[in-house]
Amino acid sequence: MLKKLSIAAVAALSLSAGGAMAAGGAGHIEDIDFSFEGPFGTYDQMQLQRGLQVYTEVCAACHGLEYVPLRTLGDDGGPHLPDDQVRAYAAQFDIFDAELDDYRSRIPTDHFPQSGIAEAPDLSLMAKARAGFHGPYGSGINQFFKGIGGAEYIYSLLSGYTGEEKEEAGAIFYENTAFEGGWIAMAPPLFDEQVEFRDGDANDIEAMAEDVSAFLMWAAEPKMMARQKAGFVGVLFLSILTVLLYLTNKKLWAPIKGRKFNG
Amino acid sequence: MSGIPHDHYEPKTGVEKWLHSRLPIVGLVYDTIMIPTPKNLNWWWIWGIVLAFALVLQIVTGIVLAMHYTPHVDMAFASIEHIMRNVNGGHMLRYIHMNGASLFFLAVYIHIFRGLFYGSYKAPREVTWIIGMIIFILMMATGFMGYVLPWGQMSFWGATVITGLFGAIPFVGDALQTWLLGGPAVDNATLNRFFSLHYLLPFVIAALVIVHIWAFHTTGNNNPTGVDVRKGSKEEAEKDTLPFWPYFVIKDLFALSLILVIFFAVVGFMPNYLGHPDNYIEANPLVTPAHIVPEWFFLPFYAILRAFTDDVWVVMAVSWITGGIIDAKFFGVIAMFAAIIVMALVPWLDTSRVRSGRFRPMFKWWFYLLVVDFVFLMWLGAMPAEEPYATLALIGSAYWFAYFLVILPLLGVIEKPTTPPATIEEDFNAHYSKPAE
Repeated sequence: MLKKLSIAAVAALSLSAGGAMAAGGAGHIEDIDFSFEGPFGTYDQMQLQRGLQVYTEVCAACHGLEYVPLRTLGDDGGPHLPDDQVRAYAAQFDIFDAELDDYRSRIPTDHFPQSGIAEAPDLSLMAKARAGFHGPYGSGINQFFKGIGGAEYIYSLLSGYTGEEKEEAGAIFYENTAFEGGWIAMAPPLFDEQVEFRDGDANDIEAMAEDVSAFLMWAAEPKMMARQKAGFVGVLFLSILTVLLYLTNKKLWAPIKGRKFNG
Repeated sequence: MSGIPHDHYEPKTGVEKWLHSRLPIVGLVYDTIMIPTPKNLNWWWIWGIVLAFALVLQIVTGIVLAMHYTPHVDMAFASIEHIMRNVNGGHMLRYIHMNGASLFFLAVYIHIFRGLFYGSYKAPREVTWIIGMIIFILMMATGFMGYVLPWGQMSFWGATVITGLFGAIPFVGDALQTWLLGGPAVDNATLNRFFSLHYLLPFVIAALVIVHIWAFHTTGNNNPTGVDVRKGSKEEAEKDTLPFWPYFVIKDLFALSLILVIFFAVVGFMPNYLGHPDNYIEANPLVTPAHIVPEWFFLPFYAILRAFTDDVWVVMAVSWITGGIIDAKFFGVIAMFAAIIVMALVPWLDTSRVRSGRFRPMFKWWFYLLVVDFVFLMWLGAMPAEEPYATLALIGSAYWFAYFLVILPLLGVIEKPTTPPATIEEDFNAHYSKPAE
C-alpha cells in the first residue's frame, strides 16, 4: 500500500495529465428549481418525506447514511416525522450492540445503517460532495447564481440513464449523461411508478429523482433552515449597527471635514 | 511613542499615581489608542482592524471547535459531522471558522496590496513590513494545516502535495519530509501534529501582530500621500493628525461592520461556496481526486509552483548548470517561496524616493497590472495543468518576478514623479475644501 501511495503522491505532485480533468468529461447537469435554493429557500417537508420513502425503498438496498442520526428525521426543518413514526422507522433496522453482545433494533439515537455493499458510497454528504456547476471557465462563479448544484447532480444522475449498457472486464456499465466519463457501474435504480406515495404524488422517474435529491440535500445539510435564519438575524442586526456607525462616524468627522460651514 | 509630539497620560488621583509608578499599564494603553494618526487616511486603511477582528474570531471559534473535534484518522471526519449535526450551534461555529479563513486572507491581500501601492514598506517602515510578511507566511501555514483537519479528500491530498514540496529539496528532502509527516506518508502522526500546530500558530501570530503594531506606532502610520507628519511641535503635528480614538476607531468599526454584513450573508446563505466539494468525501489514501486544488487563497502561489515545468528553458538551464540537482520540481518549489521572498524584500528593491504610488505616473500602471496578474494567477491555479494554462501561468509568474526584480528597481531611476503636497494638512484640506486660515 505504501508503494501505491507514494506512486499516487508522485502522480499528484507532478500534476500531469492524470491530474487534469478529462476535457468534456463532465456530464450534463439539469438546473432544477428546488424549494431550498436561495437565501429564502426552505425544505419542502412533504417532499423530504417522499424522498425518505424513495431512499428507504430503493437506495437503502445498497447505500447508507452513516452520519445521519435517525432522531433527526423528527427535527424541525427536516422531514419532521412525529416521534412514534421516528421510533417505528428506526426499529426496522438492526444494529449490533456491544453491551448486549447481540443484535437489537435501532432506536432514534442510533444512526442510519452504513452502506450494505462496499462499492456503494455513503450518501450522508453526497449532496455536498458533488458540484453540479463549474463554469464559466472553471471559475465556479455561476454557483453564485445557480447554487453549487449537488442536489441537481444527484437528480441528473438518477434521471440521466440512456438505456445503453456495455461490458468491460466482466463488469457491466450503464451509459449516463450526468456521470463524468459517461459510463457508470450503478444500474438504473429508478423505474416509473416504482414507489407508491401516500399523498398520491407523481412517481415517474423525474419526480422520484427530484424528491430523493431533496432528501439527500437535507441529509447533507440538516441545519440549513436554522443557518439561514441565523444569517438573516446576523445580516439584519449588523446592518442596523452599520447604519448607526455610519451616522456616528459622519457626525464625529463633520467638524473636522466641514469647518468651512461654520467658519 | 511615535516620535510625533502629543499629550501623554498623566496620572492624577493617588491610586493612579500609585499604580503608574509600579506598572505604567494605563499609560501604555492610553498612548496606544490615542496615537496621532494622519487625518487623511482613506478607506484602504481599514483592513488592519478587519485583520485583528478575523484573528480573534478564528481563535475564539477555533477554541470551541477544538473542544468537539477528534484529531484521529478514523474519527476526524466523523467528529466534524458530529459538530455539524449534534453540537448546539456547531454548524454555525464551523461555517464561521471555515469562511473566517477566507475573510482573513481577503483582508490580508488587500492590506498587502495597499502597502505595495502607497509605499508603506519604505524607510522607516521596513521592519513593520518584514514582520507583516512573517505573519503572512504563518497565516498560510496555519490555513493549510487547518484545511487538513476535517480529513476529507482535499485535506489528505493537499497535505500530500504540499509536504511533498519539502521532499523535492535535494539530498535532505526525503528525510525532511518524513520528519515533517512523522512517518513515511500523511497519516495519524501528521494529523496530530497539524492539529497541535494549527492551535499554536495563531498565538504566535497574535504576538507578532503586537510587534507589528509596536513597529508602526514607533514610526507612525504611512498615509495616502506618503508625506511625513510634521514633528516640529505639538501644534504642527496636530494639524496633520487626529487621535486614533475616537476618529479612526469609529471609522474602522463602521467599515468592519459593513464587511461583516457581507461575511454573515456568505456564512448564512452560501457557506460552502468557497470550499471544495471533494472535502466532503472522507480521506482515502487509495483514491486520488481527479483534480487537486488548494483553497482559493493559495491559488496564485500554487500557479507559480506549477508554472515551472521541465520544458521551460530557464528550468532546463538551471538544471544543466547544477548538474540536475535543481530539477523542475525543486525549481517550482524555489519559485513559489521566492515569490513571497521578493515581496518581503521590496523595501530594498524599490529605488524610488517617492513613497506613494499616487505621485508615480508610471509605477501606477505597473502596480495595477500586478493586481490583475495576481487575480489571473489565482484563476490559473484552479485550472488543470495543461495548455494553454501552463504557458499563461508561466507568463503570469514571469510578470510577478519582473515587477519586483526589474520594474521596481528601474522605475525609481527612469520615472519622473509628480510633486506630493507639502503637508498632510494640505492634502486633507484639498479634499474637504477647508478655507485657508
